[in-house]
Amino acid sequence: MSLQFILFILFGLISAASSVLMITRKDVVVSALFLVLNFAGLAGIYITLNAQFIAVVQVIVYAGAIMVLFLFVIMLLRPENEKKFLEANPSIKIFAVIIGAVIFFQLVYLIFFSSAHNPVNASVEASIKAGTIEEIGKQLYTNYILPFEAAGFLLLAATIGALVLAKKKF
Amino acid sequence: MMTEYIYLTVFLPLLGFLINGIFGTKIKNEKVIGIIGSSAVGLSFIIVVISFFQTLSLPEESRKQIVELFTWIQAGGLNVSIAYQVDQLSLIMALVVTGVGFIIHVYSIGYMHGDKSFWRFFAYLNLFIFAMMNLILADNFVLLFLGWEGVGLCSYLLIGFWYDRKFEKSTTSEAGKKAFVVNRIGDFGFLLGMFLIYLTFGSLNFTEVFARADAPGIPESTFTFIALFLFIGATGKSAQIPLYVWLPDAMAGPTPVSALIHAATMVTAGVYMVARCSIIFVSAPAILTVVAVVGVVTALFAATIGLVQNDIKKVLAYSTISQLGYMFLALGVGAFSAGIFHLMTHAFFKALLFLGAGSIIHAMHEEQNIQAYGGLKKYMPHTFITFLIASLAISGIPPLSGFFSKDEILWSSFANGNVLFWALGAFTALLTAFYMFRLVNLTFFGKERIAKDKHPHESPKVMTIPLMALAVLSVIGGLIGIPALFSGEGGNKFEHWLEPIFKNSELKLSHYQTYAHSTEITLMIVSVILAVTGILVARNIYLKNPSFADKMKNKFNGIYKILWNKYFIDEFYDWLIVTPIYRLSESVLWKITDAKLIDGTVNGLASIVNSISTRIRKFENGIAQFYALIMAVGIVIALFWIIFTL
Amino acid sequence: MELSIEYYLILSAFMFIIGVIGVLIRRNAIVVFMSIELMLNSANLTMVAFSSYLGNSIGQLFVFFVMTVAAAEAAIGLAIIIAMFRNKKTLNIDEINILKW
Repeated sequence: MSLQFILFILFGLISAASSVLMITRKDVVVSALFLVLNFAGLAGIYITLNAQFIAVVQVIVYAGAIMVLFLFVIMLLRPENEKKFLEANPSIKIFAVIIGAVIFFQLVYLIFFSSAHNPVNASVEASIKAGTIEEIGKQLYTNYILPFEAAGFLLLAATIGALVLAKKKF
Repeated sequence: MMTEYIYLTVFLPLLGFLINGIFGTKIKNEKVIGIIGSSAVGLSFIIVVISFFQTLSLPEESRKQIVELFTWIQAGGLNVSIAYQVDQLSLIMALVVTGVGFIIHVYSIGYMHGDKSFWRFFAYLNLFIFAMMNLILADNFVLLFLGWEGVGLCSYLLIGFWYDRKFEKSTTSEAGKKAFVVNRIGDFGFLLGMFLIYLTFGSLNFTEVFARADAPGIPESTFTFIALFLFIGATGKSAQIPLYVWLPDAMAGPTPVSALIHAATMVTAGVYMVARCSIIFVSAPAILTVVAVVGVVTALFAATIGLVQNDIKKVLAYSTISQLGYMFLALGVGAFSAGIFHLMTHAFFKALLFLGAGSIIHAMHEEQNIQAYGGLKKYMPHTFITFLIASLAISGIPPLSGFFSKDEILWSSFANGNVLFWALGAFTALLTAFYMFRLVNLTFFGKERIAKDKHPHESPKVMTIPLMALAVLSVIGGLIGIPALFSGEGGNKFEHWLEPIFKNSELKLSHYQTYAHSTEITLMIVSVILAVTGILVARNIYLKNPSFADKMKNKFNGIYKILWNKYFIDEFYDWLIVTPIYRLSESVLWKITDAKLIDGTVNGLASIVNSISTRIRKFENGIAQFYALIMAVGIVIALFWIIFTL
Repeated sequence: MELSIEYYLILSAFMFIIGVIGVLIRRNAIVVFMSIELMLNSANLTMVAFSSYLGNSIGQLFVFFVMTVAAAEAAIGLAIIIAMFRNKKTLNIDEINILKW
């Protein structure tokens, strides 16, 4: 009953429950808020994995920027609430749920019964060291500088694209 | 040597066809068209004559020359080239075709005067000469077959030349179709023979095939089948039983066509082919006998029908069938050169008879019923004299050409065949003389039965001069074939000329006993007596005592009806073959196979594709989530695959 | 590390499935986008888990890039939704089906 285990159960339950609730609410704003809760839970899980940088970035970027953007758009557009779940296309929806369940069980099977090639249990020190910002920064600016710059370009393109697409008049 | 340019004789008429065919409507002057057409054949004739005399000067062994133009087919073991063979037999045939052809071309300038398709006539005539020259000069079966089919095509085109005219109960086009279809049946036999020849001898070249046929080692049954199939082809083209039914109907075409194609040249193609393949036929004695039997039976059969016909061209048509029967009789008893000799003399006098008939028809303004003629002698003296000469020739009166050739055949059928052949042949000669002079008497002599509105007159010189030329040939043409017992040493000149061609075949024939000269002379006198008898009986009946004919007709009305209706053979064929095929085609092949099966399959395929696609395209409904669902299903399948191959 | 990696992977798989179901079921375009973000996050979780348990920082580096791309994609996607809403006045995906047969 280590600390990692308790924390994992806690944050895991939060994430899982909030994700399920997110897709089943009728109100869009409520769905968005539950997604924010999901991201928070994920950040906690990242901490248990000693991934400090990622946890912080998760909160800042995802919960702080992307979800805010989502909420802005929701408030701008004021979409009407959906009707009851099984009203339109019930057969397809039930079929989709079944398919989802099948994929889940396949993934579970693969997780437990596939053979691992590398030993997947590093020491705690290595794990901690891997998650520090120095380590990530060192890799980012030396070995992976090219994807870094490309990501910059991507963001530039996305910014311009979003501006152009959402304008009222050309 | 002019023989190297023998291919010009083939291609000059083709050139004439092209010029007249393409520019014919632009050339308004009939004379120019006629000159182009006639000179094409005339030049060919000159080339053939020069080649003939040059070949005459060569020693006997080197008289065969082959002029090769280019290789036509080269596929595996099959090598066929466009090559022409100049030897004694093909030179004789070429002389006849181009010579008589030229005369008829000149005659046609006058006969077809004023016709609206004047150019088309001469174009077709030249095309015919082209095909016929290919046929006789070919050095392999394939080129011969090309000419064979070509003359069949030209026959169809020329029979139906006046395509908007009625003819008896149907149209001229129907007559042309009948000729073409019946010919086709014969051609099928010819093709089967050619296939067998290639299978047996491995080649289609005359020289190679005949050399291998002469060598031992091939079973007689093979020769029997080959000869049988080839002979079927010959019966189709040369109008023998059972495929003669097209020739009387072919009289629907203009008279020069009847003269050229259905008397002198095309119908002799079968005789030529059998003579050329003599080595194959003598290696199959059973079929040789069949040839002789079919020949003599056809001769008798056609002569009986010709006795009672009233259309002048029909009488001559049945006479042609009968004389062709004589030629096949000659071939069948092994007297190949006699058959070719009769072919040559028959070309002269039969062409003359047809051209004379054309002159009469022209003068009588398209009236062809001899019961409406009578006493034309004083209106058309030139036509009368030449027609009389031709009738005497065909009846076998010495010293005209027909006597020598027919007598040669009768003698050979007695000596090499059996007495029955001679007896039937002699009886047919009697009938020949009878119906020819019935025709002459009813047309030129006696009381005039001419209708009031017709004013007969002599034909223009452009038509009578060819008649006279042919008359001269009919008189002197037989002199080169005077039999051995008259001409002394060297024997029959004609036979001697053709001897190298038939030497190998004659060696294989079984020879019967030889007869004394006195037997030959006796038989000769007998045939002359029969001919004169026929002439006198005809004169008695039709000139002196016309009502006797009507009395006989009423007394033997049954026989008369059978003969008048041509033994009902046409109706029989129609019932047996034509109508069932027609009904089968209509009800089974058209309605079921074509409409239901084939159309059903094609349309059905289209409708299947249509229905499948209508169902499948519902998958693309534009809703992105639906596509995502399909992707998820794909992922499930992929994951299952991974799990099961782990 | 006392906890075996399978726990994290199961959680990640679960979140992924929830995201897939969310994409397939919901008719509101914005909720569909949020489900897509959920799926991206589950992938992030997998990669971070592996990175931690292998002692390699490459996985977390890649998560960095995934987040970048997710942010760009979210921005563009929402811009498209705004443009769509201007034309059709509805966010119902079932009614945006012009690209059909």
